[in-house]
Amino acid sequence: MIVTRTPREIWSMPLIMAMVSALGLTSALLGDDVWDCLSWLALAAPLAVIGWHLSHPPHH
Amino acid sequence: MSIVPNGLRFWYVLHKWTSLICTLFLLLLCLTGLPLVFHEELAVMLGDLVEPPVRVEPKPVDLDRVIADALARRPADQVKFLMLDLDHPIWQVTMGAHVAAQANSAAFLYDPRSGEFIHHRPVNQGLMNVLLKLHVDLLAGLPGTLFLGAMGALFVLSVVSGVVVYGPFMRRLPFGTVRWDGSRRLTWLDLHNLLGIVTVAWAVTVGATGVINTLARPLLAIWQKTELAEMTHAWRSRPPLTSIASVDRAAHTARQAEPNLEIRIIAMPGTPFAGNHHFAFFMRGNTPLTERLLRPVLVDATTLELTASRDMPWYLRLLLVSQPLHFGDYGGMPLKILWAILDLITIAVLMSGLYLWWKKREDPLANEIEQAWSR
Repeated sequence: MIVTRTPREIWSMPLIMAMVSALGLTSALLGDDVWDCLSWLALAAPLAVIGWHLSHPPHH
Repeated sequence: MSIVPNGLRFWYVLHKWTSLICTLFLLLLCLTGLPLVFHEELAVMLGDLVEPPVRVEPKPVDLDRVIADALARRPADQVKFLMLDLDHPIWQVTMGAHVAAQANSAAFLYDPRSGEFIHHRPVNQGLMNVLLKLHVDLLAGLPGTLFLGAMGALFVLSVVSGVVVYGPFMRRLPFGTVRWDGSRRLTWLDLHNLLGIVTVAWAVTVGATGVINTLARPLLAIWQKTELAEMTHAWRSRPPLTSIASVDRAAHTARQAEPNLEIRIIAMPGTPFAGNHHFAFFMRGNTPLTERLLRPVLVDATTLELTASRDMPWYLRLLLVSQPLHFGDYGGMPLKILWAILDLITIAVLMSGLYLWWKKREDPLANEIEQAWSR
Protein backbone atom coordinates (compact mmCIF):
# COMPACT_ATOMS: atom_id res chain seq x y z
CA MET A 1 0.00 0.00 0.00
CA ILE A 2 1.29 3.45 -0.88
CA VAL A 3 1.29 5.85 2.01
CA THR A 4 1.47 9.57 1.34
CA ARG A 5 3.33 11.38 4.05
CA THR A 6 2.22 14.61 5.63
CA PRO A 7 4.43 17.70 5.44
CA ARG A 8 5.09 17.27 9.14
CA GLU A 9 6.43 13.75 8.59
CA ILE A 10 8.54 14.87 5.64
CA TRP A 11 10.01 17.99 7.19
CA SER A 12 10.40 17.26 10.91
CA MET A 13 13.79 15.51 10.67
CA PRO A 14 15.29 17.96 8.13
CA LEU A 15 14.15 20.83 10.36
CA ILE A 16 15.61 19.27 13.51
CA MET A 17 18.90 18.61 11.69
CA ALA A 18 19.06 22.21 10.46
CA MET A 19 18.40 23.60 13.94
CA VAL A 20 20.92 21.30 15.62
CA SER A 21 23.53 22.20 12.96
CA ALA A 22 22.86 25.90 13.45
CA LEU A 23 23.37 25.44 17.20
CA GLY A 24 26.65 23.65 16.50
CA LEU A 25 27.85 26.33 14.11
CA THR A 26 27.18 29.17 16.56
CA SER A 27 28.00 27.73 19.97
CA ALA A 28 31.78 27.51 19.42
CA LEU A 29 31.68 31.17 18.39
CA LEU A 30 30.04 32.16 21.66
CA GLY A 31 32.48 30.57 24.07
CA ASP A 32 35.20 28.00 24.72
CA ASP A 33 35.29 24.67 26.58
CA VAL A 34 31.65 23.68 27.19
CA TRP A 35 30.56 25.71 24.15
CA ASP A 36 33.12 23.94 21.98
CA CYS A 37 31.93 20.52 23.23
CA LEU A 38 28.32 21.47 22.51
CA SER A 39 29.36 22.49 19.01
CA TRP A 40 31.12 19.15 18.40
CA LEU A 41 28.13 17.15 19.61
CA ALA A 42 25.64 19.20 17.61
CA LEU A 43 27.61 19.02 14.36
CA ALA A 44 28.20 15.29 14.87
CA ALA A 45 24.41 14.72 15.03
CA PRO A 46 23.85 14.91 11.24
CA LEU A 47 26.73 12.47 10.76
CA ALA A 48 25.18 10.08 13.28
CA VAL A 49 21.83 10.27 11.47
CA ILE A 50 23.52 9.47 8.16
CA GLY A 51 25.42 6.58 9.76
CA TRP A 52 22.28 5.16 11.33
CA HIS A 53 20.29 5.20 8.09
CA LEU A 54 23.15 3.71 6.07
CA SER A 55 23.45 0.84 8.54
CA HIS A 56 19.67 0.25 8.83
CA PRO A 57 18.36 -0.34 5.30
CA PRO A 58 14.56 -0.57 4.94
CA HIS A 59 12.97 -4.05 4.88
CA HIS A 60 10.52 -5.14 2.23
CA MET B 1 2.40 20.25 -0.07
CA SER B 2 0.79 23.27 -1.59
CA ILE B 3 3.39 23.72 -4.31
CA VAL B 4 1.75 23.53 -7.72
CA PRO B 5 3.54 21.34 -10.27
CA ASN B 6 4.43 24.37 -12.39
CA GLY B 7 6.05 26.04 -9.42
CA LEU B 8 7.88 22.84 -8.65
CA ARG B 9 9.13 22.59 -12.20
CA PHE B 10 10.69 26.03 -11.75
CA TRP B 11 12.57 24.88 -8.65
CA TYR B 12 13.65 21.64 -10.30
CA VAL B 13 15.04 23.47 -13.35
CA LEU B 14 16.72 25.97 -11.02
CA HIS B 15 18.26 23.11 -9.01
CA LYS B 16 19.49 21.38 -12.16
CA TRP B 17 21.07 24.38 -13.84
CA THR B 18 22.59 26.10 -10.82
CA SER B 19 24.12 22.74 -9.87
CA LEU B 20 25.39 21.95 -13.35
CA ILE B 21 27.11 25.29 -13.71
CA CYS B 22 28.82 25.30 -10.33
CA THR B 23 29.52 21.60 -9.66
CA LEU B 24 33.00 21.31 -11.21
CA PHE B 25 34.19 24.46 -9.44
CA LEU B 26 32.58 23.34 -6.19
CA LEU B 27 34.39 20.01 -6.47
CA LEU B 28 37.65 21.90 -6.87
CA LEU B 29 36.79 24.08 -3.86
CA CYS B 30 35.88 21.05 -1.71
CA LEU B 31 39.01 19.12 -2.73
CA THR B 32 41.42 22.03 -2.17
CA GLY B 33 39.51 23.10 0.94
CA LEU B 34 39.96 19.73 2.61
CA PRO B 35 43.72 20.07 3.30
CA LEU B 36 43.26 23.80 3.95
CA VAL B 37 41.12 22.97 7.00
CA PHE B 38 44.33 21.60 8.51
CA HIS B 39 46.66 24.18 6.96
CA GLU B 40 48.26 25.09 10.28
CA GLU B 41 48.99 21.50 11.30
CA LEU B 42 50.27 20.72 7.80
CA ALA B 43 52.46 23.84 7.80
CA VAL B 44 54.07 22.65 11.05
CA MET B 45 54.56 19.16 9.55
CA LEU B 46 56.09 20.61 6.39
CA GLY B 47 58.44 22.80 8.41
CA ASP B 48 56.92 26.08 7.18
CA LEU B 49 55.68 26.88 10.67
CA VAL B 50 57.15 25.91 14.03
CA GLU B 51 55.57 25.49 17.44
CA PRO B 52 57.01 28.21 19.66
CA PRO B 53 59.03 26.96 22.65
CA VAL B 54 56.82 25.97 25.59
CA ARG B 55 58.88 27.62 28.29
CA VAL B 56 60.43 30.97 27.71
CA GLU B 57 62.30 33.35 29.98
CA PRO B 58 59.87 36.26 29.72
CA LYS B 59 61.34 39.70 29.28
CA PRO B 60 59.89 42.99 28.11
CA VAL B 61 59.56 42.99 24.33
CA ASP B 62 60.51 46.07 22.36
CA LEU B 63 58.63 45.99 19.06
CA ASP B 64 61.11 48.44 17.53
CA ARG B 65 63.87 45.89 18.09
CA VAL B 66 61.72 43.17 16.51
CA ILE B 67 61.30 45.40 13.46
CA ALA B 68 65.02 46.26 13.41
CA ASP B 69 65.87 42.55 13.51
CA ALA B 70 63.54 41.84 10.57
CA LEU B 71 65.03 44.74 8.59
CA ALA B 72 68.53 43.47 9.30
CA ARG B 73 67.53 40.12 7.80
CA ARG B 74 66.26 41.78 4.61
CA PRO B 75 67.87 45.21 4.37
CA ALA B 76 66.40 46.00 0.93
CA ASP B 77 62.78 45.43 2.10
CA GLN B 78 60.32 47.24 4.34
CA VAL B 79 58.08 46.01 7.16
CA LYS B 80 54.36 46.06 6.28
CA PHE B 81 52.53 44.35 9.13
CA LEU B 82 53.03 42.81 12.54
CA MET B 83 50.41 40.21 13.35
CA LEU B 84 49.88 38.41 16.66
CA ASP B 85 48.63 34.83 16.25
CA LEU B 86 45.35 33.99 18.02
CA ASP B 87 46.27 30.49 19.17
CA HIS B 88 50.04 30.57 19.57
CA PRO B 89 52.51 33.03 21.07
CA ILE B 90 53.82 34.25 17.72
CA TRP B 91 54.36 37.70 16.27
CA GLN B 92 54.52 37.46 12.48
CA VAL B 93 56.41 40.28 10.79
CA THR B 94 55.45 40.55 7.13
CA MET B 95 57.75 42.35 4.70
CA GLY B 96 57.45 43.63 1.15
CA ALA B 97 59.76 45.10 -1.48
CA HIS B 98 58.05 48.35 -0.52
CA VAL B 99 55.76 49.14 2.41
CA ALA B 100 52.78 49.56 0.04
CA ALA B 101 53.63 46.48 -2.08
CA GLN B 102 50.80 43.99 -2.26
CA ALA B 103 53.07 40.94 -2.50
CA ASN B 104 54.89 39.71 0.59
CA SER B 105 58.61 39.13 0.24
CA ALA B 106 59.24 37.49 3.62
CA ALA B 107 57.60 36.54 6.91
CA PHE B 108 59.61 36.30 10.13
CA LEU B 109 58.21 34.85 13.35
CA TYR B 110 59.10 36.21 16.79
CA ASP B 111 58.18 35.16 20.30
CA PRO B 112 55.97 37.85 21.91
CA ARG B 113 57.13 36.75 25.36
CA SER B 114 60.83 37.30 24.76
CA GLY B 115 61.17 39.09 21.43
CA GLU B 116 63.41 36.24 20.21
CA PHE B 117 63.47 35.30 16.54
CA ILE B 118 61.73 31.91 16.05
CA HIS B 119 61.50 31.10 12.37
CA HIS B 120 61.66 32.32 8.80
CA ARG B 121 58.34 31.32 7.27
CA PRO B 122 58.48 30.72 3.51
CA VAL B 123 56.06 32.84 1.48
CA ASN B 124 54.49 32.16 -1.93
CA GLN B 125 55.96 28.69 -2.33
CA GLY B 126 55.08 25.06 -1.74
CA LEU B 127 52.11 22.81 -2.42
CA MET B 128 49.89 24.34 0.29
CA ASN B 129 50.38 27.76 -1.28
CA VAL B 130 49.23 26.43 -4.68
CA LEU B 131 46.17 24.80 -3.06
CA LEU B 132 45.34 28.03 -1.25
CA LYS B 133 45.65 30.09 -4.44
CA LEU B 134 43.51 27.62 -6.41
CA HIS B 135 40.90 27.77 -3.66
CA VAL B 136 40.96 31.56 -3.38
CA ASP B 137 41.31 32.77 -6.97
CA LEU B 138 42.01 29.91 -9.45
CA LEU B 139 45.47 31.49 -9.87
CA ALA B 140 43.70 34.38 -11.62
CA GLY B 141 43.80 37.22 -9.07
CA LEU B 142 40.75 39.28 -8.12
CA PRO B 143 38.69 38.29 -11.22
CA GLY B 144 39.26 34.64 -10.26
CA THR B 145 38.10 35.34 -6.71
CA LEU B 146 34.95 37.11 -7.86
CA PHE B 147 34.23 34.31 -10.32
CA LEU B 148 34.48 31.75 -7.52
CA GLY B 149 32.18 34.00 -5.48
CA ALA B 150 29.59 33.77 -8.26
CA MET B 151 29.98 29.98 -8.32
CA GLY B 152 29.49 29.94 -4.55
CA ALA B 153 26.31 31.99 -4.90
CA LEU B 154 25.03 29.48 -7.48
CA PHE B 155 25.87 26.69 -5.04
CA VAL B 156 23.79 28.34 -2.31
CA LEU B 157 20.91 28.71 -4.79
CA SER B 158 21.32 25.07 -5.77
CA VAL B 159 21.12 23.94 -2.13
CA VAL B 160 18.04 26.05 -1.45
CA SER B 161 16.25 24.84 -4.59
CA GLY B 162 17.36 21.31 -3.71
CA VAL B 163 15.53 21.60 -0.39
CA VAL B 164 12.35 22.69 -2.20
CA VAL B 165 12.37 19.71 -4.58
CA TYR B 166 13.28 17.33 -1.74
CA GLY B 167 9.73 17.43 -0.33
CA PRO B 168 7.84 15.84 -3.24
CA PHE B 169 10.45 13.06 -3.47
CA MET B 170 9.82 12.06 0.08
CA ARG B 171 5.99 11.90 -0.07
CA ARG B 172 6.09 8.12 -0.26
CA LEU B 173 9.31 7.35 1.59
CA PRO B 174 10.14 7.42 5.27
CA PHE B 175 12.93 9.87 6.15
CA GLY B 176 16.39 8.53 5.42
CA THR B 177 15.33 5.65 3.18
CA VAL B 178 18.18 4.25 1.09
CA ARG B 179 17.00 1.59 -1.37
CA TRP B 180 20.00 -0.66 -1.91
CA ASP B 181 18.06 -3.35 -3.78
CA GLY B 182 16.71 -1.30 -6.68
CA SER B 183 18.59 0.24 -9.58
CA ARG B 184 21.92 1.95 -8.94
CA ARG B 185 20.30 5.21 -9.92
CA LEU B 186 17.69 4.82 -7.23
CA THR B 187 20.35 4.11 -4.61
CA TRP B 188 22.30 7.20 -5.59
CA LEU B 189 19.13 9.29 -5.67
CA ASP B 190 18.34 8.22 -2.10
CA LEU B 191 21.92 8.89 -0.98
CA HIS B 192 21.89 12.31 -2.67
CA ASN B 193 18.67 13.17 -0.82
CA LEU B 194 19.78 11.86 2.59
CA LEU B 195 23.32 13.29 2.56
CA GLY B 196 22.11 16.57 1.09
CA ILE B 197 19.15 17.27 3.35
CA VAL B 198 20.95 16.41 6.58
CA THR B 199 23.93 18.70 5.88
CA VAL B 200 21.94 21.63 4.43
CA ALA B 201 22.62 24.11 7.23
CA TRP B 202 26.37 23.49 7.19
CA ALA B 203 26.58 23.63 3.38
CA VAL B 204 24.62 26.90 3.16
CA THR B 205 26.70 28.44 5.96
CA VAL B 206 30.08 27.50 4.50
CA GLY B 207 28.89 28.41 1.00
CA ALA B 208 27.47 31.80 1.94
CA THR B 209 30.42 32.76 4.17
CA GLY B 210 32.73 31.71 1.32
CA VAL B 211 30.90 34.10 -0.99
CA ILE B 212 31.28 36.90 1.58
CA ASN B 213 35.01 36.11 1.82
CA THR B 214 35.41 36.56 -1.94
CA LEU B 215 34.31 40.18 -1.42
CA ALA B 216 37.10 40.85 1.10
CA ARG B 217 39.21 43.03 -1.17
CA PRO B 218 36.34 45.19 -2.51
CA LEU B 219 34.97 45.60 1.04
CA LEU B 220 38.36 46.62 2.42
CA ALA B 221 38.73 49.05 -0.49
CA ILE B 222 35.41 50.67 0.46
CA TRP B 223 36.58 51.03 4.06
CA GLN B 224 39.89 52.56 2.92
CA LYS B 225 38.17 55.04 0.62
CA THR B 226 35.52 56.09 3.15
CA GLU B 227 36.31 55.55 6.84
CA LEU B 228 40.11 55.46 6.70
CA ALA B 229 40.15 58.45 4.33
CA GLU B 230 37.85 60.30 6.77
CA MET B 231 40.02 59.54 9.79
CA THR B 232 43.21 60.65 8.01
CA HIS B 233 41.62 63.55 6.12
CA ALA B 234 43.61 66.28 7.92
CA TRP B 235 46.88 64.58 6.96
CA ARG B 236 46.15 64.05 3.29
CA SER B 237 48.14 66.98 1.89
CA ARG B 238 51.13 66.57 4.19
CA PRO B 239 54.43 65.47 2.67
CA PRO B 240 55.36 61.80 3.05
CA LEU B 241 57.14 60.88 6.26
CA THR B 242 60.91 60.76 6.18
CA SER B 243 61.14 58.96 9.50
CA ILE B 244 58.62 57.35 11.81
CA ALA B 245 58.38 57.39 15.58
CA SER B 246 58.68 54.35 17.85
CA VAL B 247 56.07 51.67 17.12
CA ASP B 248 56.45 50.50 20.70
CA ARG B 249 55.40 53.87 22.07
CA ALA B 250 52.60 54.09 19.50
CA ALA B 251 51.40 50.70 20.76
CA HIS B 252 51.38 52.16 24.28
CA THR B 253 49.07 54.96 23.05
CA ALA B 254 46.76 52.44 21.41
CA ARG B 255 46.59 50.23 24.54
CA GLN B 256 45.80 53.27 26.69
CA ALA B 257 43.01 54.25 24.30
CA GLU B 258 41.47 50.74 24.40
CA PRO B 259 42.54 49.14 27.69
CA ASN B 260 40.06 46.27 27.32
CA LEU B 261 41.31 45.22 23.90
CA GLU B 262 44.49 43.56 22.71
CA ILE B 263 46.57 44.31 19.66
CA ARG B 264 46.06 41.79 16.87
CA ILE B 265 47.57 43.53 13.83
CA ILE B 266 49.82 46.55 13.43
CA ALA B 267 49.80 48.15 9.98
CA MET B 268 52.85 50.31 9.36
CA PRO B 269 52.59 53.84 7.94
CA GLY B 270 52.41 53.67 4.15
CA THR B 271 50.39 50.46 3.99
CA PRO B 272 46.90 50.87 2.51
CA PHE B 273 45.46 49.93 5.93
CA ALA B 274 47.09 52.79 7.82
CA GLY B 275 47.46 55.67 5.39
CA ASN B 276 50.76 57.51 4.98
CA HIS B 277 51.06 59.21 8.36
CA HIS B 278 49.72 56.75 10.91
CA PHE B 279 50.21 53.46 12.59
CA ALA B 280 46.98 51.46 12.50
CA PHE B 281 46.43 49.11 15.41
CA PHE B 282 43.67 46.58 14.79
CA MET B 283 42.55 45.53 18.26
CA ARG B 284 40.57 42.50 19.31
CA GLY B 285 38.41 41.45 22.25
CA ASN B 286 38.79 38.34 24.39
CA THR B 287 35.79 36.11 23.70
CA PRO B 288 35.77 33.67 20.75
CA LEU B 289 33.47 36.07 18.90
CA THR B 290 35.06 39.42 19.79
CA GLU B 291 38.59 38.09 19.22
CA ARG B 292 37.62 37.93 15.55
CA LEU B 293 36.21 41.46 15.47
CA LEU B 294 38.82 44.16 15.05
CA ARG B 295 38.72 47.80 16.10
CA PRO B 296 41.03 50.13 14.20
CA VAL B 297 42.98 52.58 16.38
CA LEU B 298 45.04 55.15 14.50
CA VAL B 299 48.11 56.73 16.10
CA ASP B 300 50.00 59.60 14.50
CA ALA B 301 53.37 58.24 13.36
CA THR B 302 55.18 61.50 14.15
CA THR B 303 53.59 62.85 17.32
CA LEU B 304 52.40 59.49 18.73
CA GLU B 305 49.04 61.08 19.55
CA LEU B 306 45.79 59.19 19.26
CA THR B 307 44.04 60.16 16.02
CA ALA B 308 40.96 57.92 16.01
CA SER B 309 39.45 54.77 17.46
CA ARG B 310 36.22 53.53 15.98
CA ASP B 311 34.26 50.39 15.31
CA MET B 312 34.48 48.56 12.02
CA PRO B 313 31.49 49.21 9.74
CA TRP B 314 28.87 46.46 9.51
CA TYR B 315 30.19 45.03 6.25
CA LEU B 316 33.68 44.44 7.67
CA ARG B 317 32.21 42.90 10.83
CA LEU B 318 30.19 40.60 8.62
CA LEU B 319 33.40 39.70 6.76
CA LEU B 320 35.33 39.07 9.98
CA VAL B 321 32.60 36.89 11.48
CA SER B 322 32.19 34.97 8.24
CA GLN B 323 35.86 33.96 8.26
CA PRO B 324 35.75 31.42 11.13
CA LEU B 325 32.40 30.12 9.87
CA HIS B 326 34.04 29.36 6.53
CA PHE B 327 37.40 28.06 7.82
CA GLY B 328 36.05 25.98 10.76
CA ASP B 329 39.02 27.06 12.87
CA TYR B 330 37.13 28.24 15.94
CA GLY B 331 36.53 25.07 17.94
CA GLY B 332 39.76 23.11 18.15
CA MET B 333 40.75 19.92 16.34
CA PRO B 334 37.38 18.11 16.75
CA LEU B 335 35.63 20.93 14.86
CA LYS B 336 38.24 20.75 12.09
CA ILE B 337 37.67 16.99 11.77
CA LEU B 338 33.88 17.53 11.58
CA TRP B 339 34.51 20.21 8.96
CA ALA B 340 36.54 17.73 6.91
CA ILE B 341 33.88 15.00 7.15
CA LEU B 342 31.11 17.44 6.17
CA ASP B 343 33.30 18.56 3.27
CA LEU B 344 33.63 14.93 2.12
CA ILE B 345 29.86 14.48 2.38
CA THR B 346 29.39 17.58 0.22
CA ILE B 347 31.72 16.02 -2.35
CA ALA B 348 29.51 12.89 -2.30
CA VAL B 349 26.37 15.03 -2.82
CA LEU B 350 28.00 16.86 -5.75
CA MET B 351 29.23 13.65 -7.39
CA SER B 352 25.92 11.83 -6.94
CA GLY B 353 24.07 14.83 -8.35
CA LEU B 354 26.31 14.78 -11.40
CA TYR B 355 25.81 11.01 -11.77
CA LEU B 356 22.01 11.33 -11.54
CA TRP B 357 21.94 14.02 -14.22
CA TRP B 358 24.19 11.93 -16.49
CA LYS B 359 22.13 8.74 -16.10
CA LYS B 360 18.91 10.61 -16.75
CA ARG B 361 20.35 11.92 -19.99
CA GLU B 362 21.28 8.37 -21.03
CA ASP B 363 17.94 6.85 -20.18
CA PRO B 364 15.03 9.28 -20.23
CA LEU B 365 12.52 6.45 -19.77
CA ALA B 366 13.82 5.66 -16.32
CA ASN B 367 12.96 9.14 -15.24
CA GLU B 368 12.32 8.72 -11.57
CA ILE B 369 12.19 12.42 -11.01
CA GLU B 370 9.24 13.04 -13.29
CA GLN B 371 7.50 10.04 -11.74
CA ALA B 372 7.98 11.44 -8.29
CA TRP B 373 6.12 14.59 -9.29
CA SER B 374 3.08 12.96 -10.84
CA ARG B 375 0.65 12.17 -8.09
